Amino acid sequence: MKKIFPHPVLSAWLLVLWLFIQNSFGLGSIIMGACVGFVLPIVTEKFWPNIPKIRSIPKLVRYIAVFLWDVLVANIQVAFWILGPQENLRPRFLYVPLELTNKFTITVFASTISLTPGTVSSHISGDRKLLIVHCLNTDDDDATVREIKERYEKPLLEIFGC
Amino acid sequence: MLEWANIIAIVMMTLSLLMNMWRMAAGPRTLDRVVALDTMYINAIALIILFEIYLDSVLYFEAALLIAMMGFVGTVALSKYFLRGDIIE
Amino acid sequence: MAFWLEIVVSFFLVAGAAFALIGSWGLVKLDDFYMRLHGPTKATTLGLGGILLASALYFNFNPDVAGVSIHEVLITIFLFITAPVSAHMMAKTALQKHFDYVGGQQDPLNHPRNVHTIQEHDLSGMDESQIPDGDEEE
Repeated sequence: MKKIFPHPVLSAWLLVLWLFIQNSFGLGSIIMGACVGFVLPIVTEKFWPNIPKIRSIPKLVRYIAVFLWDVLVANIQVAFWILGPQENLRPRFLYVPLELTNKFTITVFASTISLTPGTVSSHISGDRKLLIVHCLNTDDDDATVREIKERYEKPLLEIFGC
Repeated sequence: MLEWANIIAIVMMTLSLLMNMWRMAAGPRTLDRVVALDTMYINAIALIILFEIYLDSVLYFEAALLIAMMGFVGTVALSKYFLRGDIIE
Repeated sequence: MAFWLEIVVSFFLVAGAAFALIGSWGLVKLDDFYMRLHGPTKATTLGLGGILLASALYFNFNPDVAGVSIHEVLITIFLFITAPVSAHMMAKTALQKHFDYVGGQQDPLNHPRNVHTIQEHDLSGMDESQIPDGDEEE
């Protein structure tokens, strides 16, 4: 089973994607999508990082909800920062020490930081223990770093465990 | 009302495209132009979708999807080229 | 088409376009490269998200328009996955090229905990002249 379907979730996702692209749910589309979902994971198996198992789905849903809410609210905040006078902004580089170890989880964490307005993840150190983040406006560096870790890294650690 | 909202949105998107174009012309570095180009891709997708609502047809979604993909690949390839002097190593 | 739906669609259209406009304004106005990166990656992405939501509502709940359209979902997902990646690539390149920035901190790459590994930064195999310069030649 493991050999035929190396990534069952990916296969299902590819099938859904194919149906979305086709914009139809006929039998032909489903068969073609199933073929895509069967062949692509086998062909690309070598390139896939080691994706950790999701431990708690309710926490994942909660994480996504918090993330979407933050994107919305903080975007309005950033819009005001951009429209306001630039002298009021205090851009800083922040250094976020990482507790996550898995490549995939770090990517999710960095992408979350980049999409939550006010911060762009800019660089990761070679040993994957330090994330350099550019922040558009912050009063207190340490407080912002603590908030990022508390709000995004802790739930990710609970969801994926590494 | 929807027609007017759509036209207002189209005008706003055109304005932002012009701003991106200014940044692309002004520079000052090549990477600034890459950022402007990346923003232009996204704004072009928005314009296509607004145009679709204007025309009441769903014919252009494939175009929007293609622009989204090409924009991403183009931006990453350019950044990688400026970073390493090579795109595929 | 129901009137309330028309109001909702119009609201999302104008709000999305306004966010995109603010993002582009940030691209024009702000001073250094890193600050400019904030506008396009986030305000513009959310703006396009709003427009796509309006389009999804319009095409799926409007009896006058034939057909169902779920491509918006696809474009939105794709955009929300790719926008941070391209922003990260550009910020990383700018850091490597030592672009100047507002704020007067020390160079972030010189932070004591920033470890350079071989596979990340080894350019020794390359001829120095082959590495393109991100800077414009005057």
